Amino acid sequence: MKSSVLSDWKRLCFLMAVTGFVMLPLLATVLGGFKSIGELQTNPLGLPQSWEFQHYASILLDKQLWVAMKNSLIMSLTTLALTLLGGAMAAFTFSHIRFVGKRYIYSYFMLGMMFPFATGILPLFIKIKDMGLLDSYMGVIVPQVAFGLAMAILLFRSFFEQLPAELFDAAAVDGCGYSRFFFEIVLPLSTPILATVGVFVLVTSWNNYLLPLVVINNPDLYPWTLGIMQFQGEHAIAWNKVLAYVSVSVVPSVMFFVVAQKYIIAGLTGGAVKG
Amino acid sequence: MEQSIDVYPEQKGLGGMWKRINQQGKMTTLLLFLPPALFLFTLFVILPLGEASIYSLYKWNGIGELDNFIGLKNYERVAGHSVFSSAVVNTLKIVGVSLFIQLPLAMICALCVYQKKWSNTVFRMMFFLPYILAEVVAGLIWRFIYDGNYGLISSFTEFFGLEPIFVLADRGLAFTAILVVIVWKYFGFHMMIFIAALQGISKDLIEAAKIDGASTLQTTLLIKIPLVRHAIVLSVFFSVLGALQLFDLIMPMTQGGPGHTSHSIVSYLYTFGISRMHIGFGSAIGVILFIACVIFAFIYQNTFMNNKAGGKS
Repeated sequence: MKSSVLSDWKRLCFLMAVTGFVMLPLLATVLGGFKSIGELQTNPLGLPQSWEFQHYASILLDKQLWVAMKNSLIMSLTTLALTLLGGAMAAFTFSHIRFVGKRYIYSYFMLGMMFPFATGILPLFIKIKDMGLLDSYMGVIVPQVAFGLAMAILLFRSFFEQLPAELFDAAAVDGCGYSRFFFEIVLPLSTPILATVGVFVLVTSWNNYLLPLVVINNPDLYPWTLGIMQFQGEHAIAWNKVLAYVSVSVVPSVMFFVVAQKYIIAGLTGGAVKG
Repeated sequence: MEQSIDVYPEQKGLGGMWKRINQQGKMTTLLLFLPPALFLFTLFVILPLGEASIYSLYKWNGIGELDNFIGLKNYERVAGHSVFSSAVVNTLKIVGVSLFIQLPLAMICALCVYQKKWSNTVFRMMFFLPYILAEVVAGLIWRFIYDGNYGLISSFTEFFGLEPIFVLADRGLAFTAILVVIVWKYFGFHMMIFIAALQGISKDLIEAAKIDGASTLQTTLLIKIPLVRHAIVLSVFFSVLGALQLFDLIMPMTQGGPGHTSHSIVSYLYTFGISRMHIGFGSAIGVILFIACVIFAFIYQNTFMNNKAGGKS
């Protein structure tokens, strides 16, 4: 089929222009990490005349980077596990159990999709402080889980409801109770939606900046998003170092994208009901 | 766990009743499965919102007793603050740019690459790439690009023999520069929404239009775009909500400066509420933001999303 709006070469020119707009900043960043600061000033975009590997090397040997990555990984994986489990369990009660007030409780959860996280951030901070969770992983993890629940419940519920009803009847005849049915039949059948929700939760949590900024003060517990800002603050004019640091720290995101792109696109566009 | 249906119909009393309601562990499951989520959600999402509306009536620094009741003074101060007005104007600018530049760009890109082809996939992935980067990373990258001494901007000024421009330090340019980054970061996301919708259009419809002699421009404007209306409605919704909660991108680029001209509502909340520990004042901003979101979501969903388009994308 011929292309739609524009004739073929015009379409290609347009796509190339957009590609330039998207890729040039990224390219300049990755290459900038290989340049000396003097060369960066005269030649920010082109290939480096002399490749300097020491900026990347020093960053890869920087302990802070790996500590920050580890912190982020712990926080996002725990958030992921708890959101998936808590969200799926709650959604299962909505899809398979009839009880009084179900509709109201469901709508109550859906309220969570209507407003941004920042609205209650100050009382949330006070609460985390009163619970003694400031400067701890849990202080970031628990609110993240709470905020991820609404979207998770929405997507899980509609998926669970589409599972064939015969499945449950058959399990009931064999004497299988609700909870065993959930863990042994529903969850294994739900890998596509678990992946979709999981990707959304993981990416949101990995990239979270505002919550750790408010909750975590101890640099040893910084997630990478805070670490990178701190690094930039310390090396404000040494752009080549900052660019190398930026390039290194996006590697996990890009690799994850390449590996799981199918679910990422489903998770971020379909799951982005949350906005 | 082991009971099957209708084994205990003759049992009397509370125990029997419980067993009847709890067939196949129904009640146990409900009581184990629902409360954890309900508890967390209430404690960390709903309760802070209610507390924000209480705190917003006090002057409080977060330490000591909550006893300095000042009524609606915090709201008056927010409303009278020129930086807040400029943050609201900036938010409207983001909405404007999203509607008139970002979404059309996303739509044109989507129309160019929505068909399933190897080369199209490559373009799609590239255009989506900025969206998966963290906002702080995108902000830092563009802070470099805009740097008057080192970035791409400096190449331009040097090439034309101009004085270096420091875009992000310029009151007139700083927020425009941020708008460019917003388009760069998010248009791929909207493109993906449009692509998903465009791929759902039945091919027969397009073929029929072609046979009837419709030009490609006509099929695009009169058939494809109206048929993906629900996706556009959804995209606009995300754009506005995104504009209302923008924060991460502002901090690495300008932190709201120069002269507090480039704040978003949330960066305003952060700068004047959180970092100065003005709990009451910051809570008032939060409440205003909440009201804005709810009013928008309510009106928008009732006007444009009443055909259930909102539930899925």
